[in-house]
This record gives sequence, structure tokens and C-alpha cells, in this order.
Amino acid sequence: MAGHGSNVHSAELASRPGRDGLMSALARWTFISVSLAFLAALLFAPLATVFVTAFGKGLGPYFASFSDSDTAAAIKLTLITAAIVVPLNTIFGLAASWAIAKFDFKGKSFLITLIDLPIAVSPVISGLVYVLMFGLQGWFGAWLQDHNISIIFALPGIVLATLFVTFPYVARELIPLMEQLGNDEEEAAITLGAGGWMTFFRVTLPKIRWGLVYGVILCNARAMGEFGAVSVVSGHIRGLTNTMPLHIEILYNEYAFVSAFAVASLLTLLAVATLVIKTLVEWRTGYRRRR
Amino acid sequence: MSFRQPSILPGFGLTFGFTTFFLGAVVLLPLTALVVRTAMTDWHHVWDVVSSARALASYRLSFGASLLAASINAVFGFIIAWTLVRYDFPGRKIIDALIDMPFALPTAVSGIALTAVFAQNGWFGKYLEPFGIKVAYTWIGIVIALTLIGLPFVVRSVQPALAEVQRDLEDAAETLGAGRFYVFLRIILPTVLPSLATGFTMAFARAVGEYGSVIFIAGNLPLKTEITPLLIVIRLEEFDYGGAAALGFVMLLISFVMLLTINLLQAWGRRRLVGDRR
Amino acid sequence: MTSDSMAQSGSTLSALLIVAASALLFAGCGGSEPAGGATADTVALLNVSYDPTREFYREFDTSFAREWKEKTGQTVTVKQSHGGSGQQARAVIDGLDADVVTLALAYDIDSIQQIGKRLGADWQTRLPNNSSPYTSTIVFLVRKGNPKGIHDWSDLVKPGIESIAPNPKTGGGARWVYLAAWGFELQRNLGGDFGKLADPAAADEVAKAQIAAEQFVGQLYSQIPVLDSGARGSTNTFVQRGIGDVLIAWENEALLAIKEMGPGSVEMVIPSISILAEPPVALVDTVVDRKGTRKVAEAYLQHLFTPAGQLLAAKNFYRPRDSAALEQYRAQFPDINLFTIDAAFGGWQKAQATHFADGATFDRISQGRR
Repeated sequence: MAGHGSNVHSAELASRPGRDGLMSALARWTFISVSLAFLAALLFAPLATVFVTAFGKGLGPYFASFSDSDTAAAIKLTLITAAIVVPLNTIFGLAASWAIAKFDFKGKSFLITLIDLPIAVSPVISGLVYVLMFGLQGWFGAWLQDHNISIIFALPGIVLATLFVTFPYVARELIPLMEQLGNDEEEAAITLGAGGWMTFFRVTLPKIRWGLVYGVILCNARAMGEFGAVSVVSGHIRGLTNTMPLHIEILYNEYAFVSAFAVASLLTLLAVATLVIKTLVEWRTGYRRRR
Repeated sequence: MSFRQPSILPGFGLTFGFTTFFLGAVVLLPLTALVVRTAMTDWHHVWDVVSSARALASYRLSFGASLLAASINAVFGFIIAWTLVRYDFPGRKIIDALIDMPFALPTAVSGIALTAVFAQNGWFGKYLEPFGIKVAYTWIGIVIALTLIGLPFVVRSVQPALAEVQRDLEDAAETLGAGRFYVFLRIILPTVLPSLATGFTMAFARAVGEYGSVIFIAGNLPLKTEITPLLIVIRLEEFDYGGAAALGFVMLLISFVMLLTINLLQAWGRRRLVGDRR
Repeated sequence: MTSDSMAQSGSTLSALLIVAASALLFAGCGGSEPAGGATADTVALLNVSYDPTREFYREFDTSFAREWKEKTGQTVTVKQSHGGSGQQARAVIDGLDADVVTLALAYDIDSIQQIGKRLGADWQTRLPNNSSPYTSTIVFLVRKGNPKGIHDWSDLVKPGIESIAPNPKTGGGARWVYLAAWGFELQRNLGGDFGKLADPAAADEVAKAQIAAEQFVGQLYSQIPVLDSGARGSTNTFVQRGIGDVLIAWENEALLAIKEMGPGSVEMVIPSISILAEPPVALVDTVVDRKGTRKVAEAYLQHLFTPAGQLLAAKNFYRPRDSAALEQYRAQFPDINLFTIDAAFGGWQKAQATHFADGATFDRISQGRR
């Protein structure tokens, strides 16, 4: 049905003889070339800049960039943060989309808008709100210091800021999809005696799998790439509270262009992860189908 | 009429409860801090800050450029999603996987890389320069940066929806002699519209607040290429937390109203659609 | 479709589980670092500094650790935090536990004292030389061969000349640039005598000179096409992007840029007069007392003033206070006619209020530019 399936379908469609054959081929090439041109100018060129600079002095300096202990610490911190944030926001996204898409209640649009809000808040402000709450001049600052608890300028602050920034991603991916798909199948399952969890896992989840995969991937990408909000609450302590994006900026500012873009190129590995996950899901789906 | 329409599906209490709790803890509590901080500031000062000529010029730029960027994304994002879902061509999977890169790349890196490409000595900039087209350090550069960071929203929202469009329905319509355009207008677009609207909304919302990448490609000249988030940073630099919070609050308010309007329109459209079908 | 979907649920779930499991695996690898403070044989310091000092403090920290180990047997690790000077000051006010701050301007440390109440009001007199172990100044960087013939401040406002400088509202170094330009025009109109500023008999002349200075600086900033948020950003705009004819920059920044980017593309020009920039350092009392690191933090700052520290500063392009170190790096630091911020502006607090506060002179001249 999705992705893989529909491609087979469209290939059939395109090869079908008749009045639409030519039009179809024309449309196909127009769409592909417009997409590629747009992406080339906007996305591939900047990405290429990253790689050209990263490998500008050859393979040796590229790999040497990762031997620095501060770089390793930054990579570790980013992975830890994402590992805490992404599962939390995924669970939230599933719960929110079930509540919002499956039921009709008053104030739904209002609730959706509240979920949207973190995206609209400037990263500068997203960081600032935690400073207002947990900073030494903020609401809980003095109390936290007396009890020797660090929130901002430490891991908890970085996690909170990232959680805030990536909050809507999974939910907003799933809500429109689930609304579009409707309740009929779930209602049928329940009527036939299936339990709530079983209905969710066996009926709903397979239908929303692509939305969920994209949501998680987006949330994770954003969690790893967030710069502005984290910059405000991190304190920029080298080897301790610098995440990958912050460390990249530092390297760039130190004229270590090769190292900066080498670390940035590491983030493009996420694309490889995306590829693997998608292929995996598609492959499993196809396998089951053939059987 | 009760708060919620009756349904035979279970789990409303659990999911709704968790949703509101998590929303309250992660989003509403911090934003309350922002509102309270604004309210604690001298009102004359708040008014001076949010209504200054520079602030007004920056709202126009921030919201205008974001609207333009989100519209560009809605059109091209849809085309890209369509291409990725419907057509097979060499490199499709790799391109598909690269769509999320604008999120994964730290905004500073996108900003630096875009500036490198579009500056007058850059790959594209040097060809645009002879035509008198300046991209880097002008509002065009800002729009390009904002388009880049919002792109994944539209593509990734539309993709699953397109994938789920009922091909049988489409094929049936075509067999029955409906034109391609008619099929697109009456079958595909209505199904994808909610996702497209969501993608547009998110791309717009994200663009309004963006700081990291814009700061590199905008000239940051007062009244000309100064975005609102930069004004917030300037306030902070003066240790004026109240003024910064006030600007943040105004942005939040405008964004909230715009988002709510779009979401209400969407809900209204959905009800009409459902009504049509029944 | 439904039967299909039923069968697929397991695979989707397992894909998700793989994602979650790998995420948790990474999380498992992360331990927590010690929070700092002192034990018998190790001690950790946090130095919160501004952007261009990275290279210097990296060397200096090693040098200090070696000396401290010899003297006390204790191992000291110095953690560094760098960022815009104002942003760093804010972080310390908001609770970043810096043992020492080494910032771009006294105004920022004053703010830590006044808003954050984290150190004593007499901080600037606790160490020699206004607590500034090294100085710098503002110079020009031009394209190789100086094609536009830029030799002094007055050349910057000639028609068609584009200058690059950071935004004084967001960067500490940027304010030194602004003040240097202002001071140049001010003293030119006063016949080279800042003494007249305090002389009631010369009040008219001073008022006229201030107006001339405002016009000069206004003209200068109207010819700046890009205002980067920090000094390093401006350097990149000028050198990497090829924008502008002249970069107005810290001397240390200009020297480093020539070293890093290759002397083939840019060269330095020394103006007839410039400002003496004194980046100050201070101990953060509340932090060192809580962490019990006062002794080592004091020694750290003292080490900046020793010959060894001074030589490292000079090596990293900061003008040392110590005359022996200065002599050793004579070729790097030509004599410049310098004025102080106290002489020309009556100190940082006054300069900040008159020029950079909300609605002050810089805002006025930037509103006029449209």
C-alpha cells in the first residue's frame, strides 16, 4: 500500500498504453525534475559544502577530527539527550493523537494549537524560559543551589530544553494521519470483541506506521540538531555541557573548519539510519505479504 | 451537549489525561514563566519595547518572510512528496532519506553553508551577482534559510497521507473516465489537504522563531534585515530580561492566534468533508 | 487491507523497538562527570571567558596546571567555557558556577557584581593593572596590497568604502570598535586633547566635537553592509565571504586571522590612534567559597601576571603588560597611539549608558540609516 507498494503500482500505471501514456510520462518527468532542481539548490548544495570542507584536506584530517576528547564528549552528550527525549515525546505523540483523532470533544483545535506552540517559540525564548525558572535569579534558583541540584548549565537543562523544542513532532505527524484514516476499522475491532490495546497494536499501529516512523525520525533529527535553545541553557563548558551543534560552532569559530564540518557530516549519518529503518520496515512488510 | 461525543473506542481517559499532564509540564509551565516575567515588567517599558519602530519592522520581516517560506514549502514540498511516493527513479531512496537533514544539521551549520553557497563568491552567488541579484545578507537570503529549515515538515506530513490515498478509488475514477486533473482535485487533494495544512502550519511556525541559521545569512541591519529573535537577543545582551520576555510574549501571541486560526479552519474543513461523504 | 495490516503490526513494532533499544544502549554508555570542586589531590576550576581567548587559555591552562602540580602536588583541571562576552556574563549571573571570569569588558563583570551579586564591588582593584593582565586594541584588516588605500579612520567614511564590523548591541569587541571610531573623531575635533572633556571652559568646543563624532560614527556604520553578532563572525564574513573593503577588528583577532587564513590574502593596517582595550579578569567570590577553590583560583589569576603567563599572552597576540615580554614580541606589536576609555568616555558604565543602552546613541544612528 504505502511507499514500496504504490511505486510498483505507479510503474504499472505509467507503462499502461492509451491516451494517458504520454501525459503520464510527461507528468512523471516534470515532477521528478522540479523536485530534484529544488532540492539541489536548497538542500544538496549546502550539504555538499559541508562535505567538501570536511574532506578538503584529505581523509587523514577528517578522521583526526574525531580523536579529540571534547568532540567525543559532545557526541556522547547529544546521544544521551536524544535517547531520553525521543522515547518520551513518542509516547506523548501516540497518546495525544489517540485522544485527539479518535474522539470528538470541545476545544480540540485549542488543544492542538497548544501542542503546536513549542515550534513557534523562538529557540532563544525556549532556552530563556528555563533560565527564568531554574536560573539563580529565577523562581527556584536559590532553592536548587542550596540543595546542590544543577538543572541549567547541566544535563537536565539540556534535556528539558530539547524536550520542549521537539515536543510536537511525533504528535503532529500522527494527528492528521489518524484523522484522515477514520475510526471504522477500530470500531469494527472493538465490536468484534478486541481489547483496547489489541486494537491499537493490531489495527491502528500498522496503519500509522509511516507517520510514526517519520515522526520519530524528525523528532530525533531535531533533538540532535537543536542549537539555539540548548545554547542558552548549556553554559558551553568544553567537554562537559557542549552538545554536537554547540561544539561544531566552537570548532568553526576556532578556524578548525575541517573539524567543524567533519563533526557536522556525522549528523548526516542520520540519513543513513533513516534509510535503514525505512528499508527494514518495507522489507518486513513485503516479506509478510508474500507469505 | 457533553464535553465529549460518545464513542465505543476505549482509552480516552488515559490518553487525554496523559496528554494534558505532559503538555502542562513540558510546555505550559515554562510558557507561564514567560508570561509572568512579562507581567512583572513595567508596562510602559513593555509597550515601548514591543511597539518600537525597529520591533514593528522586525515583525513584518519575520512573519512576512516566514509566510513566504512556508508557501514555497507547501508547493514544492507537495511536489517532492508526490515524486517520492509515486515515482521510482535512481537515487530515490537516498534523496528520501536526506529530506530530514535540515533538522539534523544544526541551524548554525545550515546558515554557514547557505551563506557560503549564496555569498557573492559562492557557488551560486557568483552567477547571480552579475544579474544584480543579491541573496546573502538580504531578505531573499532570509527566505531561503527559512524555506530550508521548514522543508521536512511539509514533505514528511504529506508523504504518509499520499501513501494512504486509496489507489483503488483513484483507479476506479480513472477507469470511469475522470480526467487526471479532476481526480487530483476531487480525490487526492481533499485527502492530503489536512496533512498539507499541518505541514504548512508547522513550517510557518518554525520559521517565525528561527534564529541560528538566519543570523548568518541576514545582514542584521536595523529596520532592514533584523529579525525579531535577534531583537530578543539584543534585549538579553542589555540584561533586559523583561523586554526580552515581552518580545517573546508578543511573538507567542501572534503565532498562537495564527496557529489557532489555521487549526480551526482545518477542523471546519474536515467537518464539511465528512458531511459531504455522508 | 485490514488483514494485511494485522499481519504487519509485529514488524512495525519490532522496528520501533530496535530504535528505542539502540537509543537506550547509547544512554547506558553515559556516565556522569564529577561536578567540580576540590578534593585532596585533584581540583577543578571553571574559567568562563569570551570568544577570541580560546587559543590563549588552552595553552595557559596547561602551563598553570604544570606549575600548580610542582608547587602543591595537586592536579588541577581547568574547564573552559567560551561565548559572547555579554552572554557569558549572563550565564554566570544565572548560576553558571565559574570560579573565574575572564571577559572582554569591565562592564560585563560589573553586571555580574551588580545584578548577580556574585563578587565584591572592589573586584577591579584586587589585581594589578585594573585587573587586566593583557591588553589589545582596534586595528584594520584590508585586502592584500591595500587596493583601496585605507590608512586611517577617516578613510573608512570615504564614498564607496565598505567596512565590516560586528554589532555593538550583541558583542563586546564590537563596542570597542565603535568607541575607537568615536574617540578618533572626538580627539581630532579637540585638537588631540582629551583633557578638554573635563574643562568647563571648553564646553562649547566639546559639544561640537561630540556632534562631529556622532556624525562620523553614523556615517561609518551606514557603510557597513553586514553586522555580525560577534567578532569572529565578522572576520569570517570579511575573509571567507569576501565582503567589504576593510575589517575593523581586535588586534589579536586580526593577527590570528592572518596566521590562520594565510598572510597571502589580507594585511593589517594600524590607524593613527586607537583605543586601549583592557579585557579584565576576576574571581567569583560566591562560587570559590562554596566550592572551596579560592586558593587555586587566586593562584590561577596571579599566574596571568607572571612572566610565563605574559609570554603566553603575547604569543597568542595579546599585548602583555610585562615590558620584557612585550620586547620579545616587538615585531608583532608596533607602537600605537592609544587612548583609554576612562579618558575619552569616563569609564564603561558611562559609555554603556550614553552609547549602547536602549535608545542611546547607537540606536539613534541606526534608526537614521533606513
